[in-house]
Amino acid sequence: MSLLSVENLVVRHGLLQAVRGVSFTIERGETLALVGANGAGKTTLLRAIAGAHQPAAGRVLLDGADLTNIPSHRRVGMGVALVPEGRRLFVQMTVEENLLLGKTAGRPGDWSVDKVLEMFPNLKPRRHAKTGHLSGGEQQATAIGRALMSNPGVLLLDEVSLGLSPLIVDRVYAALQGLIASGTTIILVEQDLNRALAVSDRVICMLEGRVALEGPSKEVSRDEVTKAYFGLHRKGTGSVPA
Amino acid sequence: MSTPATMPVIERGTATSRIAAMAVAIIITLLAIAPQLLSAGAVDRMTALFIYVILAAMWNALAGFGGLVSVGQQVFFGLGAYFAIRLADAGLNPFLALFASGIVVGVVSIPLSLFMLRLRNGEFAIGMWVIAALTHLLVNLDRLVQGETGTSLISLNVYDAGTRRATIYWLALASMTALLAILFGLLRGSTGAAIRAIRDNEDAAASVGVRVTGTKRLLFVLAAFGIGIAGALWLATSITFQPKTYFNVQWTAYMIFMVLVGGIGTFEGAILGALAFFLIETWFGGTGVWYLVGLGATAVLFSLFLPRGLWGTIEERFGLRLLPVGYRVRLAAASADDDAMPSPQQTTMHQEKA
Amino acid sequence: MSNQIIQGILLGGYYALIACGLSFMFSVMRIINLAHGSLAVFAAYALWLLASRFHVSPFAGLLIVLPLMAAIGWALQRFLLERSARGGALLPILTTFGLAIVIDNLLFEQFGADTRSLAPYIGSLSYDSWEWPGNIYVGKLAVIMFATAVVLLGGLQLFLTRTRLGRSIRATSEDPDTAGLVGVDARRANAIAAAIAMVTVGLAGAFLGMRATFDPYAGAPQLLFAFEAAVIGGAGSLWGTLIGGIVLALAQTLGAQVHPQGFLIGGHAVFLVVLFVRLSASGLGVRGLLRLGRTS
Repeated sequence: MSLLSVENLVVRHGLLQAVRGVSFTIERGETLALVGANGAGKTTLLRAIAGAHQPAAGRVLLDGADLTNIPSHRRVGMGVALVPEGRRLFVQMTVEENLLLGKTAGRPGDWSVDKVLEMFPNLKPRRHAKTGHLSGGEQQATAIGRALMSNPGVLLLDEVSLGLSPLIVDRVYAALQGLIASGTTIILVEQDLNRALAVSDRVICMLEGRVALEGPSKEVSRDEVTKAYFGLHRKGTGSVPA
Repeated sequence: MSTPATMPVIERGTATSRIAAMAVAIIITLLAIAPQLLSAGAVDRMTALFIYVILAAMWNALAGFGGLVSVGQQVFFGLGAYFAIRLADAGLNPFLALFASGIVVGVVSIPLSLFMLRLRNGEFAIGMWVIAALTHLLVNLDRLVQGETGTSLISLNVYDAGTRRATIYWLALASMTALLAILFGLLRGSTGAAIRAIRDNEDAAASVGVRVTGTKRLLFVLAAFGIGIAGALWLATSITFQPKTYFNVQWTAYMIFMVLVGGIGTFEGAILGALAFFLIETWFGGTGVWYLVGLGATAVLFSLFLPRGLWGTIEERFGLRLLPVGYRVRLAAASADDDAMPSPQQTTMHQEKA
Repeated sequence: MSNQIIQGILLGGYYALIACGLSFMFSVMRIINLAHGSLAVFAAYALWLLASRFHVSPFAGLLIVLPLMAAIGWALQRFLLERSARGGALLPILTTFGLAIVIDNLLFEQFGADTRSLAPYIGSLSYDSWEWPGNIYVGKLAVIMFATAVVLLGGLQLFLTRTRLGRSIRATSEDPDTAGLVGVDARRANAIAAAIAMVTVGLAGAFLGMRATFDPYAGAPQLLFAFEAAVIGGAGSLWGTLIGGIVLALAQTLGAQVHPQGFLIGGHAVFLVVLFVRLSASGLGVRGLLRLGRTS
């Protein structure tokens, strides 16, 4: 059985349909990259999986259990953790306090504050600093660490490289590489196509709320993804939006 | 959706609203000749009703349209009565003093607004209450008022009871009509668009260039003026002035009750709420404490379960508009698939927000 | 004079007690509870009823009343505030104001207009005092009250920073959506915060009853005192509340020296002055404030 499956998920923001019937599955230990233009519905999809948005239709299953009506805080306890876009740290609280909050759901596992600090050594001297005073890279590290502290079965990463310098992005991805190697299941949203294809096993390209392309990252060509990205792949079949 | 046949029609009045306008004119005329037909007690009660309508409409102007919930509006009610006493004591004709007092209250509220309007939400609400408490204490210091003992509008006694009653009735009717007309004009005029924008989303309104502070100040001063007039009129009906009665937070409780029940942010709702309050007071006012418990409980229930109030709910359900202060967008021909009769809900697909 | 200053500072302890719950609820849920004072008076009546009817000393009575207040706070959040907060920032003001009217008048219906006090039930504590050097007498009750305020504020501070639940409450107050995403049950955190706030209200009600008299409509002035102390101290800051309470009490003491009616006037006046100074400093300065008035 797949670890996580999304079935015909529809999410609306008022009158706007951000996600229009998306289905996919992810296996244990797999890394899935979500790519697509701004407004394609990637962030909304991740937030709906994490429980921050209530879907209008469709289901999210974790290990066969239906998550659809479960509030976000209980999904964390079941093993779904999101590193939200824009990091969304508690800026009045210290690095350590932010990390400890990740443990609230009480899911057993071996992540601890010390282990996170080992993974992101740049956080060590900032342990007791308020996160509002950190650099972008340090903030991103804290946000990832906070999600890891809940010992997630599936880690959802939303644009972790946004607003960071290339050097810092390299460092963040080096850390992620370790996670991937250790068998953590990851869904990540990434604007940088090359990076997305390099780290993932499989890629899904979204267009206007739908899956435009899905395939193994090593097999799809950059050209195919680019076409799906801009909607040039359509061959006049039923997928034309109204 | 893009064919010319479904071009939206923008309109102001509806057939109902034109009938309503005529009805309003007839009602006011009837009310004006009513003292000839009614008993003395009934005239007094009607005067009270007019004052309630003023209070409800003014609190609604502030909270429903300006987004400023105040629990200290009794300060203007008390000051309206106090300045009337002071002006009459200085030799002004007592009836004239009632209006002069409203103007003084309005003027006093201008510097107050500079300060208070910088507070937000709950801070503004209780901040106004502190202002009311402080003003009450300061008025008590006036030798003329003699602390909580109070004083009277003695100079009214030169008129005989009948003349006095009828004059106050007409003054209350005229004040109510004028204040409602001012508010109606404001909401219909260019300020009205700004007011509705602020009511719907203050930050968005500011970002598109609506003068938020200026518009709020206008409503604040109007509410102070209107409630000041109401306080002065109440003084005229009861003659005696005890600060404790006039600066009582109960006045604001009444205003909140009327507006919540009638429909916050709707022009007609405040009037409906005042009418409802008037009837409830007439029927249950004698039950004392339980009456007040009932008022509070009703306010809680409305805020939880019917926050749009009676009128807001009626308007939403039936698309009914009597006194149109906004515009409505009507999609002329409904799309092909609804061949059913064009009920009001279908013809007004975009619910007007005004 | 120094005697009066010390009495004023100690009275500030009471204001800090009544203010900290209001400030706490505001900082966590962004709600100003207008029934705050009425609930304190309700607690005082509950203690009075236990003492006069069942001969339970007010201190022992707290063992019953404080859990009751916690339950009331939980229910208040779950059944009233949570629902009304969904309707925007203004609706909770109206809901809690309506609630205050209900509580005040129910108390009046039940207990009548007579003023009550808990002082007769705490023995000599209500008038005993210690003599401090310099011929200064300080009431034991006033000192206990002040000490309670310090312990309570310190305890709350420790709770918020050192415990998992405290961190959850702070996270919820900062960003409830994200709190949910890291595993915090925001609804539960808010309900617990409301319960804690009501426990502090219960304590404040107890001291209100012991140090003075109260009647069914005493809630409104308590709300104003709480609000003033919280704002003077800086809304949302716990130790600020203590400073705010002391400033308020000192201004009242000074006002009473100037004029027989000056006690309350002094308090309200210092509140407005602090507010004015803070608004001018945070914004555009006093001149900017006036200019803003002219141009807009």
